[in-house]
Amino acid sequence: MSTVLGTVVVIAAVLLLAGAALAVVRIERGPSMLDRTIGLDVLTTTIVGAGALEAAWSRRAEMLPILVVLSLVGFVGSVVVARFAAVEPEGEALVRTPRALREDGDDDVDDAPAVEPRADREGADE
Amino acid sequence: MSAGEIVLDVLAGICLLLGAFLAFSAGVGVLRFGHLLARMHAVTKPQVLGLILLMTGVALRLRSGPAVAVLALVVAFQLLTSPVAAHMVGRAGFRTGKVRPEDLDVDDLSDAPPTPPTPQPPTPPTPTPPPPR
Repeated sequence: MSTVLGTVVVIAAVLLLAGAALAVVRIERGPSMLDRTIGLDVLTTTIVGAGALEAAWSRRAEMLPILVVLSLVGFVGSVVVARFAAVEPEGEALVRTPRALREDGDDDVDDAPAVEPRADREGADE
Repeated sequence: MSAGEIVLDVLAGICLLLGAFLAFSAGVGVLRFGHLLARMHAVTKPQVLGLILLMTGVALRLRSGPAVAVLALVVAFQLLTSPVAAHMVGRAGFRTGKVRPEDLDVDDLSDAPPTPPTPQPPTPPTPTPPPPR
């Protein structure tokens, strides 16, 4: 019986790991902060699932308060990003990926247009 | 190990596998789907159903009262917070122009008031000219 349950745990762990890896790929690609937020939601839920899997495998309850905290931290993170970091100024990405740096060229990092957050943020606040 | 415990373990394994598969499907969906609202749709599955399945699996394995209470707390927090987070993300996406207007059936977020159905004024009956003699 324990070997059967061990097999189940291994399969579930592989599925969770694959889902987390795909979510990380989405976080890297973006293209906007909101897409990264969604990827982070998947990643947080997957980490909660991994903790639950560990608790089910070892039959110990020490992991359960961590799951409670994680399910709240993910909420705070996505709400904060959606509220304060959703509006990205044109031409100035908040996170410069290596691909974006290559597309822009190497020399225009310094003379990028100045960020004007005040003019852009009005739509996000209410 | 009695037969009842084996049955509980089998049920726990099924729940854990289904929950992990939902998390995997969310990873596939969030990578493959095309725009913001479709990705949000894919994210919702492990957040609610997958988490409930995983917590059910853990509860079937642990079989103690306090552990089940903590697991129910996890599910309750997730059910309370995920609609709020999805609403914030969707609204921010709408305001930053990531939602195509033609995808929407009902638009409650834009400032333009919904156009009321304008009642057609009754057309007065046009008097028929008398036929020429």
